[in-house]
Amino acid sequence: MARFTLNGVQQDLDVDPDMPLLWAIRDHAGLTGTKFGCGLAQCGACTVHWDGLPVRACQTLVSDVEGAEITTIEGVSGDVAETVQKVWAELDVPQCGYCQSGQIMSAAALLAETPKPSDEDIDGAMSGNLCRCGTYQRIRAAIHEAARRLEA
Amino acid sequence: MIAAQTVSSDGPDIGRRGFLLGTAATAAGLAIGFRPLAAAANATPAQDPFAAYLTIDEDDTVTVLSSQFDMGQGSYHGLATLVVEELDLDWAQVTVVGASGNPALYGNLMWGGAIQGSGGSTSMATSWNRYRTAAATARRMLTEAAAEAWGVSADSVTIEAGQLRHAASGRTSGLGAFARAAASRPVPADVPLKPATAWTQIGNADLKRYDVVPKTRGEQDFTIDVTLPDMVTATMIHPPKFGATVAAFDATDAKAVSGVVDVVSVPSGIAVVATDMWSAIKARDLVSVTWDESTAESRGSEEILAEYRDLATMPPVASARNDGDTAAALASAATVVESQFEFPYLAHAALEPLNAVVRMNADGTLEIWSGHQLPDVNQNVAAAIAEVEPAKVKLHTLKTGGGFGRRATPSGDIAAEAVHVAKAIGWRHPVRLQWTRENDMRGGYYRPAYVHRMRAGLDAEGNLIAWENHIVGQSIVAGTPFAGLIQDGVDKTSVEGASNIPYAIPNISVGLTTAEVKIPVLWWRSVGHTHTAYTTEVFIDQIAEAAGADPVAFRLKLLANHPRHAGVLRLAAEKAGWGKPLPEGRKFGVAVHESFASYVAQVTEMSMEDGEPKVHRVVAAVDCGIAINPDTIKAQVEGGIAWGLGSILQEELTLTDGEVDQGNYDTYTPLRIDQMPKVEVHIVESTESPTGIGEPGVPPIAPAVANGVAALTGQRVTRLPFAKGLNV
Repeated sequence: MARFTLNGVQQDLDVDPDMPLLWAIRDHAGLTGTKFGCGLAQCGACTVHWDGLPVRACQTLVSDVEGAEITTIEGVSGDVAETVQKVWAELDVPQCGYCQSGQIMSAAALLAETPKPSDEDIDGAMSGNLCRCGTYQRIRAAIHEAARRLEA
Repeated sequence: MIAAQTVSSDGPDIGRRGFLLGTAATAAGLAIGFRPLAAAANATPAQDPFAAYLTIDEDDTVTVLSSQFDMGQGSYHGLATLVVEELDLDWAQVTVVGASGNPALYGNLMWGGAIQGSGGSTSMATSWNRYRTAAATARRMLTEAAAEAWGVSADSVTIEAGQLRHAASGRTSGLGAFARAAASRPVPADVPLKPATAWTQIGNADLKRYDVVPKTRGEQDFTIDVTLPDMVTATMIHPPKFGATVAAFDATDAKAVSGVVDVVSVPSGIAVVATDMWSAIKARDLVSVTWDESTAESRGSEEILAEYRDLATMPPVASARNDGDTAAALASAATVVESQFEFPYLAHAALEPLNAVVRMNADGTLEIWSGHQLPDVNQNVAAAIAEVEPAKVKLHTLKTGGGFGRRATPSGDIAAEAVHVAKAIGWRHPVRLQWTRENDMRGGYYRPAYVHRMRAGLDAEGNLIAWENHIVGQSIVAGTPFAGLIQDGVDKTSVEGASNIPYAIPNISVGLTTAEVKIPVLWWRSVGHTHTAYTTEVFIDQIAEAAGADPVAFRLKLLANHPRHAGVLRLAAEKAGWGKPLPEGRKFGVAVHESFASYVAQVTEMSMEDGEPKVHRVVAAVDCGIAINPDTIKAQVEGGIAWGLGSILQEELTLTDGEVDQGNYDTYTPLRIDQMPKVEVHIVESTESPTGIGEPGVPPIAPAVANGVAALTGQRVTRLPFAKGLNV
């Protein structure tokens, strides 16, 4: 039995302890905003927050998160995340959109930790999130813009 | 990338079924649907011949039925823009869904109209008149219906922000209230379209994509998110070598894993079927398979390239262009410049690994949810496997997590495999076939490897008098239903961008030798231009250097008869500050290339850092005719630059003894954010019809970067990727 909190809701999932959190969230809790891209923590499409910190759900086992608070794109909230989401849409960041849940989860975690990130900070925090459509320039611009609005 | 006017009926499976006929283009009939809510339950597409391009519901919702597939490039938004423009809708009332199943209505007009599909950056070109006409006609029918009800003249009724309005009386109404009345009117012919001066949506640089908000909230559903009652999930074990087949397998241990439903053999390998993805993945490792590799491709990529190098030294098998007398001109040249280029296989590696969901219904209909880039192909391939009539196959077209060409296989590979799996378990459950990243990386259909051997001649005055290019590689279309693209032994997708170089050179010879290799290959964002733009634009730069000329001025002199090439080249050079001094250690690179009837020039500003090229800034100039969605054009060029840059710096798919070496993004490495340059995109104002933009941003970046590297290091990179071919 895997027990953790998902977007504020207690989960008691009857799954293998070695099941990656990604598949527990998608196939057993039924939340599909968190995406599968690689299964190897190489692409970041499955990024979720574990007690507020970004982790790759495909390489995190359900047994690792016993008792933890997990937040996905569907449950992310607060000024920082909501500003990021709003700016993301205003700047037309997404193309196909498949990686964007992960991008937004990583960006929100970056801004929570580093309210005024430099380009280098952004590169450091976001280089684990692949975007095959190549929306990187707009991701950078959106993070800077979100930082500006959050400061104001 | 595909031209239906040359599609033959030679294909092994599809052609025999007779749907991909080499018939004359079918001009698509106009069809507009009005869908009164009360009647919707009874209306099927067959009963409602108007429900083709757009429908108007009684609740005022306007649904655009898109013939074009959206893999992220924004085609749904583009088509919706045309409809919103001509109907003056409020974007809030607009939705877009994928439509298929009727090539007469949805056939791609840029391919001759006989087959539906999205590729070759044709979505806006094929839709430009079709969807504007549909919307303008709907507008006329709605205003006439309202005018009749209100007892006023039709030309006094307008539509503004989705509202019918009669100014003199102050009457207004939603469109839905008149949908039924409008539907009963005769369809008017030759309804005029809005003049460009009246456009508020087309060309509006402030317009944002209608579909981004759900993508910021995890609410955009892709095929991986489709869930049906009683559905099971399957993942695959494919042969380690292309062309191998299953000889025997033992799934005893796999079947003991909790959640496993079945392990079945299908023509493409072994499918592990389970109640959830993790159970399928876990059980997959426990299946032992014996493969029959007797007819498999067992060569490695190095051996294949070595063969290509040998072939390149021999005379080409086929001629793609032969102007003047190149051999004589080279013999008489004062200076001969030579180069040989080598390109690896490349994977599409879209973020959403390939997938499809299949359900056989009790009434004998088969439904398939997937990214149907060539829907008619998928429908017919699925029908043949399921042994049902094509009309019984209902496709649900989903947006996909990238695509880049991979979902346009002439074999319909992923839909076919999903149907095979569902059939192999006796149609007991709906099946979601979900490939893992490793399935996807090793699943074939790559950008082919190529070798180009080139020679050019300059006379004593430095004039370019001869150009010779011998291309060696695999054909994408040979042996497929698209084999009609091969003419006189030349697969157009192998030579596009090389056989039609724009430079004024009196003697040009472009030859092709097509090699037989059993590795499946496919169109990969910008197709032949991925290698032909590189060789053409790196070589012309090298020739300019040999002539002692400025690279931009040298090109412009040879582009006098190609004003659109020259136009973007001048614009990019001017905006980048070409010729102005750069900071110490920085140099410019430049390239210009036409692909899919759009013209793009790019100037890079670069330095070398720790032996690797660093691209600081890219200035792009684009001429794609009328700019329907300027922000989407910019986004596509930004993304195309990221795509092309990653591919030349570090992407390479290799094989050893026939087995693909890379399996995931740790070894096959697309561009990441820390490598992304600043990109500026300048769009040329134009009154020409709209042309492609999904792909044309890709080809110039590779040679522009290579030319910058040459300026910085003196080295012309001739073996890609740079990680292998640049030695400083």
